[in-house]
Amino acid sequence: MSTDGVTVGGGAPQAALAHDPVPAVAARGAVDAPQGPGGRAARKRRDGHMTWRRALRRDWQLYSLLVLPLLFFAVFRYVPMAGNVIAFRRFRPGGSIFGEEWVGLHYVRMFINDPTFWNVFQNTLVLGILSLVIIFPLPIVLALMLNELRSQRFKRIIQTISYLPHFMSIVIVAGLVFQLTAMRGTVNQIITAVGGAPIGFMQLPEWFRTVYISSEIWQTVGWGTILYLAALSTIDPQLYEAARIDGANRWRQTWHVTLPGIRPTMVVLLILNIGSFMAVGFEKILLLYNPLLYPTADVIATYLYRVGIGSSQFSYATAIGLFEAIIGLTLVLSANAISRRVVGASLW
Amino acid sequence: MVTAENVTHLDEQLSKPTVHATRTVKDTPGYRVFRVVNATLLVIIAGVTLYPFVNLVAQAFSSEAFINAGQVNLWPKGFNVTTFNLVMGDSMFWRNYQNTVYYTVVATLVAMVLTTTFAYAISKYHLKGRKVFIGIAVFTMFFNGGLIPNYVLVNELGLRNSVWAIALPNAISVFNLLVMKSFFENFSTELEEAAEIDGLSTYGKLWRIVLPLSKAVIATMVLFYSVSFWNSWFAAFLYMDHRELYPVTVYLRNLIAGATSVDGAAGSAEATQIAANVKAVTMLLTVLPIVCLYPFVQRYFVSGVMLGSVKQ
Repeated sequence: MSTDGVTVGGGAPQAALAHDPVPAVAARGAVDAPQGPGGRAARKRRDGHMTWRRALRRDWQLYSLLVLPLLFFAVFRYVPMAGNVIAFRRFRPGGSIFGEEWVGLHYVRMFINDPTFWNVFQNTLVLGILSLVIIFPLPIVLALMLNELRSQRFKRIIQTISYLPHFMSIVIVAGLVFQLTAMRGTVNQIITAVGGAPIGFMQLPEWFRTVYISSEIWQTVGWGTILYLAALSTIDPQLYEAARIDGANRWRQTWHVTLPGIRPTMVVLLILNIGSFMAVGFEKILLLYNPLLYPTADVIATYLYRVGIGSSQFSYATAIGLFEAIIGLTLVLSANAISRRVVGASLW
Repeated sequence: MVTAENVTHLDEQLSKPTVHATRTVKDTPGYRVFRVVNATLLVIIAGVTLYPFVNLVAQAFSSEAFINAGQVNLWPKGFNVTTFNLVMGDSMFWRNYQNTVYYTVVATLVAMVLTTTFAYAISKYHLKGRKVFIGIAVFTMFFNGGLIPNYVLVNELGLRNSVWAIALPNAISVFNLLVMKSFFENFSTELEEAAEIDGLSTYGKLWRIVLPLSKAVIATMVLFYSVSFWNSWFAAFLYMDHRELYPVTVYLRNLIAGATSVDGAAGSAEATQIAANVKAVTMLLTVLPIVCLYPFVQRYFVSGVMLGSVKQ
């Protein structure tokens, strides 16, 4: 699971601030726009015929409240989106943010012929797939385990502890990773204690994926249970009663009642995870990696960061970022379409 | 309808007596074994989750020699607080800590004003164009300009080296916006209608009726925003050119980056370990406010997420 927002774009600054506590829910909130109370439908029909002039005259105060936020979205979200045209235009620092002159697919051809790009592309895919396959199911398992506890007090304590890492700055997480994987750190002490030789985790590319996925598990799995626990609490107890009467044991109750009960939540979270697939932990990798680890740790987002900010090749980096964002958007749209057709659940 | 009262108690839904509470059949021996194994595993998981923090505290209070020898795990060895004096005596550390507080306060204020006004307006079903406004916001969750166009824009607007480079580009989190919107949608229409009859304008209703009765959700949003700004580092790392402007997270990042390069270059063992100890102390001082506040505010976070995801 990504620690970033559900933003698909390559390590965008808003991904930098992990505002979204559980990115996944966001869209659910959007999906589940509550139905209005009675009478609203009638009013809505009337509004359908209302002209903008009348609407503005009646609700000008409400519209005035929208001005600043819409300005924010225009300037800080939609202008940068348009700014992606510099992927196809030559950009001169200090010049227009939309570039100087058209160069067509020059920069696209450039990254297609860049072997480093394909290396980081492959690393992104591997880390994305590993996150999806390993990390996605874990909150479900943990939520089911918590659900079997009878002592509410014990359950609360475990929950409180497991949410804690979510509130840590990514810088702290990186610091803890360095501390635990140091040559004299706890992990190496355990390895030496069982007779192994200490491993330089942060110098060996073959270990990076393990370190990264482990730290992601530590940081995200506990908080990831919240939505599943919420879904679990809405399952009708009578279903368990009925299953028991039919002779189902606990295992079969879990399989036939609990899991189907949280399936919609699982599907929505899966779609969102697929959407953030390409934007794997940009900030965390940026903090953890070093040139020795590039063979496995360098992902599209970190590469375009070095190319763009480090070497000031703005157009080239934007072309890479746009490519990444389009793949991300395509992934989330297709996952949504497939899910709507196959399991009948979707984001919108 | 959502009231301030039951928002704060939303999280209790999570731990309300579970669906299996009514128990007419005795547990099978197999299930009894499972329950013991399950509880044990959960205790181990909690232990593993807490361990890095325990190790951090232990290293912060230990002497370099013992960390160097790989002997500090659960408990400090060679107990001392000299490094605390060292770090706390660093004026740059305090300067950056102050910056963090300042950036967090300003950015949270801006974010709250923008999020609240937008959420309130789009929570009104009768507002013409409401769906378009929601769409404008939601679309940005799935597609955005990306790193470079944002970077170019912030520089072009002259926001570099100011708090606005941190506050403005991240002023609205769409997730928080949707949480507030769904709260306002469930706000009592009777109350607002009564206020309207009493002659209150839209501004008056929002300021005098709605906001005072939305303290719980406002508290939750303030917490969401302030934790994310407190923890953020990348915006400051990108846009701040002087050490005096860094937040404490960037101070810490530079410390860690410096320490690792010493580590990687296999420099003198002593230098590495002093760095390890200083690192531990700085990290501890940085997480302290959050860890201390966390047990008291955790329920607000949980209820915020519930509010954003559960149909009311």
